[in-house]
Formats: sequence, C-alpha cells, structure tokens
Amino acid sequence: MIEARELNKAFGEHHVLKNISCIFEQGKANLIIGESGSGKTVLMKCLVGLYEVDSGKVFYDNRNFSEMDFEQRKTLRQEIGMLFQGGALFDYMNVEENVMFPLDMFTTRTKEDKLDRANFVLKRVNLENVNRLMPSELSGGMRKRVAIARAISMNPKYLFCDEPNSGLDPQTSGVIDKLIKEITDEYGITTIVNTHDMNSVLSIGDTVAFIYNGELWWRGNKDTILQTDDKELNNFVFGTELTSRLKQ
Amino acid sequence: MKVFTDIGEYLILMRKVFSKPQKRIIFWERMLNEIQGLGIESIGIVAFISAFMGAVVAIQTAYNIDSPWIPLSMVGFTTRQSVVLEFSPTVISLILAGKVGSRIASEIGTMRVTEQIDALEIMGVNSANYLIFPKVVASMLINPVLIVLSMWMGILGGWMAMVSFGLVSSNDYVDGLRVDFEGYTVFYAITKTIVFAYIISTVSGFYGYRTSGGALEVGQASTKAVVVSSIMIILFNLILTQLLLT
Ligand SMILES: Nc1ncnc2c1ncn2[C@@H]1O[C@H](COP(=O)(O)OP(=O)(O)OP(=O)(O)O)[C@@H](O)[C@H]1O
Ligand SMILES: [Mg+2]
Repeated sequence: MIEARELNKAFGEHHVLKNISCIFEQGKANLIIGESGSGKTVLMKCLVGLYEVDSGKVFYDNRNFSEMDFEQRKTLRQEIGMLFQGGALFDYMNVEENVMFPLDMFTTRTKEDKLDRANFVLKRVNLENVNRLMPSELSGGMRKRVAIARAISMNPKYLFCDEPNSGLDPQTSGVIDKLIKEITDEYGITTIVNTHDMNSVLSIGDTVAFIYNGELWWRGNKDTILQTDDKELNNFVFGTELTSRLKQ
Repeated sequence: MKVFTDIGEYLILMRKVFSKPQKRIIFWERMLNEIQGLGIESIGIVAFISAFMGAVVAIQTAYNIDSPWIPLSMVGFTTRQSVVLEFSPTVISLILAGKVGSRIASEIGTMRVTEQIDALEIMGVNSANYLIFPKVVASMLINPVLIVLSMWMGILGGWMAMVSFGLVSSNDYVDGLRVDFEGYTVFYAITKTIVFAYIISTVSGFYGYRTSGGALEVGQASTKAVVVSSIMIILFNLILTQLLLT
C-alpha cells in the first residue's frame, strides 16, 4: 500500500499538485486518470521521489518515504519498478543487458542465474528471441514490454507505469494492460498506472483516481466511473466522439 | 548571479559524482569503455593535427632565422619548446574539449531527456556517479597519453618538414632538440593536461546532466559544454603557468 498525504508541488508560480491525499492499494491496479497536463506524471514522480514535494508526505507500507535520506531511499527503491512514458531503455545496451541491469547492479547472483531470470521475465511479457536486439531495433510495443520486463526483474513490491499504452494501437494497448493486471494479481504488487485511455480504465481499473487541475477530484473504480454525474469527470469520460455516441 | 548558482550546482553534482561506485566491477567495465570511446578514438585526429602543427612551427622558425649568428639547430629547439610547453597540452586539450566534451554532454543529455537517468535513479543507482565518474577517470588517464603522443608527432612533423623541404639538416634539428632539455617541462605539460581533462569531463558531464526538455536542449547543452570547458581551459592555463613555471 502506498499513501500520499496532502502533497503539494509547484514549479515556480505554477501550482501543479494541490493537496493530494490518496491511498493506492496492494494487489490492485490503481489508476490515475486526467487530461494531458493535469499533473499525473508529476504526481507519480513525487511519489517515487524523482521530484521533491513542496509539502506533504508519502508512505510505503507505513514507511515514511519523505523523511528518508538518500541511502534509505536507495534501499527502498530496489523494491520499486517503474515503466516510463517513453520506455527509457538504456540505448547502449541490448534487450538482455537492459533487463539484467538491476540484477547486475544490486545482486551477487551468478551470470547464469541472472540470465535465467532475464529470460523468465522476458517470456512473461511474451518476448522471446529478442535478447540480442538493441532498443533502436524494437517496435514501440516491444520497447514497452522490455521496459516492463526490466521493471519486474527485481520482483518489485511497487510498480509504477506512466502511460503504458500511449502511442500504441488498441490491440497492443490491451495486451499491455492485461499484462500489467496479471503481474499485479500474480505477485500482489501495489501497482499505480497513469493513463488517459478509457479502455484501460474500464478493463483494469481496480481503483480510479481522477485528477482535475491538479486536484484529486474524484475516486472510484471501473464500475462506478460510468454512473457518476460529476460534470468534469463526465466531460473526461465521454469526451471522445466514440464514447459520447455510445452514451446516447 | 547566474554564475554563482551554476557553480553551486556544479559543486553539488560533483559531490554526487565522487562517491563510492555501487559495484566496482561495473565501474571498471565502464571506465575501460570510456577509455576506448574518449581516448582511443581520438588518436587519429590528435596525431594528424600535431604533425601538421609541428611542421608549421618548424617552417616558420626556419624562415624567421635570417641572421647567420643564430645556429639552425635553433629550429629544433624552438619546435620542441613550443610543442611541449604549450601546443600539445593546451591546443590539443582545446580540440579534445570540442570532440570529447560535446560527446559527453550529448550522451548524458540524451539520457536525461529520454528519462534514462530517471530510470537509473528509480532503481536506486546514483546516476551521476554511474555516468560521470568513469568518464572523469578515463579522461584523466588517457588524455596525458594522447598529449605525449601529440608531442612526439609534433616534433616528428617538424623534422619531416625540415628534411623534406631541405630547410634544416636532420643533424641540426636533432641537435636543437637536445639543447637545454628539462624534464620539468614535460611534468608541467602533463599536469596541465590532467587538470584540463578534469575540466572537460566534469563540465561537460554537468551540462549534459542538467539538460531538460528535448533534442534542441541536448544540442544547446553540448555547445555550452564545449564553450565553457574551453574558457575554463584558457583561464586555468594562465593560472597553472603562473603557478608552475615561476
Ligand atoms: N519539470 C517541470 N518544470 C516545470 N513545469 C513542469 C515540469 N514538469 C511538469 N510541469 C508542468 O506540470 C503540469 C503537469 O504536467 P504532467 O507532465 O504531470 O502532465 P500529465 O498529466 O502527465 O500529462 P500527459 O498526459 O500529457 O503526460 C504541466 O502543466 C507541465 O507544464
Ligand atoms: Mg504524463
């Protein structure tokens, strides 16, 4: 479980996160939705400490992350996996080296052991026989999957996914979503997913937090989201041609 | 004012850079890679420029000796002195600031804007240490080697020019090379080179590391890295010359 307590973050004059308090549950896919620029990425980066918050606290299973020093955070971060909006694969390493990187860095396992683990997680994301390819030789969907494999290679307790299916076609998006959900269930991970894709919300949204203008506007799940009569949320949910026609 | 905040940020970053690497073996691997990328790949250009510059220095000196009282061995002496004292350590370091500095800044800058640095941080890796430290150590080890190579090539270039254009005989040139040779001048040159290598790698690492935005900013960071390291080299050249030669 991850808990955010009254987080505030501003860039200069621009107050991006306004007093956000929210609980993200263990073993569930916790979705954060909101339109582009609403502050989803900033919120995620504040939760993992890539941005320092101006005020507020973050707890990882009751461990106060905000009060930890650099070394303590380093230790905790080995329990965190993160999938970045653009994949963020190391482009001077091939697929296998990318996936093995955290293991190389933080474990004393043997080479074969690490290779086994890498192959296992790559298989888990349905990638085989791509070990020697460089990131530049992969398609967008494959990069995302390698990034997921790298994020779960250390068996994380917490998984953060920033727009896992942006830039992918609907089918591939569906596959990635399903994968994230399965991994979450299988290992009881506390997973947080940023998205503005309603398909993802409806298929994997165990909990849903709607961010509007930097505020936590609404909380619910994939079932309650269609029944709400909150105006801003409805604008977001039924904002596209397809969804608004379906509603009618 | 901006200068002071920049210096402050630079010092803070350096504290992160110079800490114990997470895994020694990975550090060594990366450093050897950097020696290859930053050093070995510069051998060609260093040798080429040095030979031609040495030739030009020798030719100019030879043409400027018009008094019969000045021995022709003076040409070898002058070429040696200018190559060892100034040309190799300073001019070649400036060229390396362009070649190596832009490479370091754009590599690290690209990793920043594509969130690869965030990815390292989130894994619990000290990204500044992991990315910059091996480059600093590699530069400080390999640049002196390049500079010594440059000295040889410069002197050799001068010799070839003299002999092939028939300006000074080989014997006279070599005699000149031996006049009043002090080992201290080489020590001075190497010391300067090591300081310049430190400047190039840390300044470029700094500008790359704090890039934000996209491809455009990466280009700007790399230009900035080259300009600032060159200026710092020129400044420290004066300071070190004062300290070491007087
Ligand atoms: N490093 C930064 N410096 C200044 N402003 C920033 C920075 N990062 C984000 N912002 C601002 O914060 C706001 C929220 O950005 P954020 O990236 O969190 O949006 P988002 O919800 O993730 O959008 P998207 O769906 O497009 O990814 C934006 O207005 C952005 O301009
Ligand atoms: Mg975002």
